[in-house]
Amino acid sequence: MSVMQKVLTTAAMATSLAATTTAANAQDMRIALVVKALGIGFFEAAAKGAEEAAGELGGTEIIYTGPTDTTAEGQIEVINSLIAQGVDAIAISANDPDALVPALKKAMDRGITVISWDSGVAPEGRMMHLNPSSTELIGNTILKLAADHMPDGGDVAILSASATATNQNAWIEAAKAVLPNYPGINLVATVYGDDLSDKSYREAQGLMATYPDLKAIIAPTTVGILASCQAVTDEGKIGQVNVTGLGLPSEMAGCVESGATESFAIWNPIDLGYAATYIAHELAAGNAAAEPGASISMGRIGAVTLDDTNTGAMSDPFTYDASNIEEFKSIF
Amino acid sequence: MLKRLVTARETILLGAIVMLLALIATRFPGFVAPGNLASVFNDTSPLILLALGQMIVILTKCIDLSVAANLALTGMVVAMLNVAYPGVPVPVILVIAVTLGTIMGLFNGLLVWKLEIPPIVVTLGTMTIYRGIIFLISEGKWVNSHEMSDPFKAFPRAEVLGLPVLSWVAILAVVVIYLLMTRTTLGRAFYAVGGNPHAAVYAGINVGRTQFWAYTIAGALAGITGYLWVSRYAVAYVDIAGGFELTVVAACVIGGVSIAGGIGSVIGALLGAVFLGVINNALPVINVSPFWQLAISGGAIIIAVALNARANRTKGRVILKRAEQAA
Repeated sequence: MSVMQKVLTTAAMATSLAATTTAANAQDMRIALVVKALGIGFFEAAAKGAEEAAGELGGTEIIYTGPTDTTAEGQIEVINSLIAQGVDAIAISANDPDALVPALKKAMDRGITVISWDSGVAPEGRMMHLNPSSTELIGNTILKLAADHMPDGGDVAILSASATATNQNAWIEAAKAVLPNYPGINLVATVYGDDLSDKSYREAQGLMATYPDLKAIIAPTTVGILASCQAVTDEGKIGQVNVTGLGLPSEMAGCVESGATESFAIWNPIDLGYAATYIAHELAAGNAAAEPGASISMGRIGAVTLDDTNTGAMSDPFTYDASNIEEFKSIF
Repeated sequence: MLKRLVTARETILLGAIVMLLALIATRFPGFVAPGNLASVFNDTSPLILLALGQMIVILTKCIDLSVAANLALTGMVVAMLNVAYPGVPVPVILVIAVTLGTIMGLFNGLLVWKLEIPPIVVTLGTMTIYRGIIFLISEGKWVNSHEMSDPFKAFPRAEVLGLPVLSWVAILAVVVIYLLMTRTTLGRAFYAVGGNPHAAVYAGINVGRTQFWAYTIAGALAGITGYLWVSRYAVAYVDIAGGFELTVVAACVIGGVSIAGGIGSVIGALLGAVFLGVINNALPVINVSPFWQLAISGGAIIIAVALNARANRTKGRVILKRAEQAA
């Protein structure tokens, strides 16, 4: 950076600091969308939504980034590098609720707007959290998806991501809470595939071996649901064990076609990335404040209202089955 | 002779596997049914294939951390090829997978041989490079089950004489590598290079070139495993087999392959892989808390290695005694 550029930048920063009252932002606002790991279809779709929001808002640049594996350590490195780059806002889907707090606090101390989305950070590490849907609604949905195809009741098991995954654990707790509403449905086990296809496959096989009467495997994770579907197909148990949970239409099309999966649900990740970006922009620009009871605009989706822990929900999860999978599988 | 057989690492390990199976059977009898054992072996086949290659590399005092990344890149390439040209027959896919894996192994080998960079640094680097290339070619996208052609997915599952092809590939590899290690000059050279590099040079063995061949063979095995892995789990993405290289090294170490080089056998590597395979497959069915699973796997590794270390020591003493008696 030349001396001239430095002087100019400093001057520009000073001007923008001085001109906060006019809220005129000449420079591009840089919003970092930090995901659990790069290369996951769900987050790639969220990045698309973020770009869409940036296009609508104007003067906004999206930095789509994340570690290459789903670790908190990797995300901390990414956050530190974003602080060094001096971005305006960080919107993160966390691999661990607590481990990221110190790094994110540091970011907020430097005046960076920090929000979490999808998978949350502890309240002291972010200004607000955007849930894709409410935890209760998702917990109920995944259980209902299984129960809908079990008129006579029976055994179901849950195959989750890692045993410490924030969002999966919350959904599973919510599902357990509404279990009494589904008489005859018996939750026999919760196992963890760590979002690795080989381990998830093995765990699914283990479930079928341990519980011969198993009627459904509920996998609230995209890797797990695919691996379970493959395990059920390979064991020749299509029609006997229904695989359901949360998955992406583009990845699940084969499972729905083969009959291993009757139906599954997911919120729209494009909408989620869009909403997270929109909120980050509103907060960073000073158009809204993150406080309990506040209502923040999410552009075309509407507005989110924050509760006591500064948490808000975007919308209901949407169910996909043989009737609509063709339409959505090319979208995300 | 009998005493040697009883105290051999392989026998101890086999005993440990049998004991483990007996222990599992007390909690879940169905696990030791022949059909289930066959499926455990089938599930362990990719690990066996990689462990064989890793064993050869470790024998020559090197290590290959890039095997899992090699597997993932080969898998992604053949999966994308299958999507783009669904008509390409499986034998051609196999040839491409082996060739691609071989080239990646060859690259590791050349760096170790010609540039004399420490093996751990070379493969740490290529591991990241190979994973990076997967990002580049796939743009982070997944290749899913419904995009792959049916013959592509059917190959590892096809049953021949009661076992899936995946298992047969592993068995074939064990036989071929066993013959290579015991019946060829190259096979003996691997032991010589790791056992005593200086003596190997005096015996007219090119240490660097022997290590190069070790990497090349490991690469070829990783390549074929790449196709089998992707078609078996019917999904290809950047992170497949993430961290698997360490499981492979663990299988070798449990199987009695000395990390210092020169000691190890094909049967040992096979049993080491099977040992881990049994643990991995048993933990989900015997209702062990997921929080304990990692600790149990790790504990098993330490115990196995401790046993191996003791077995090694006694063996060394016996050789010395014999030498004294001869003198």
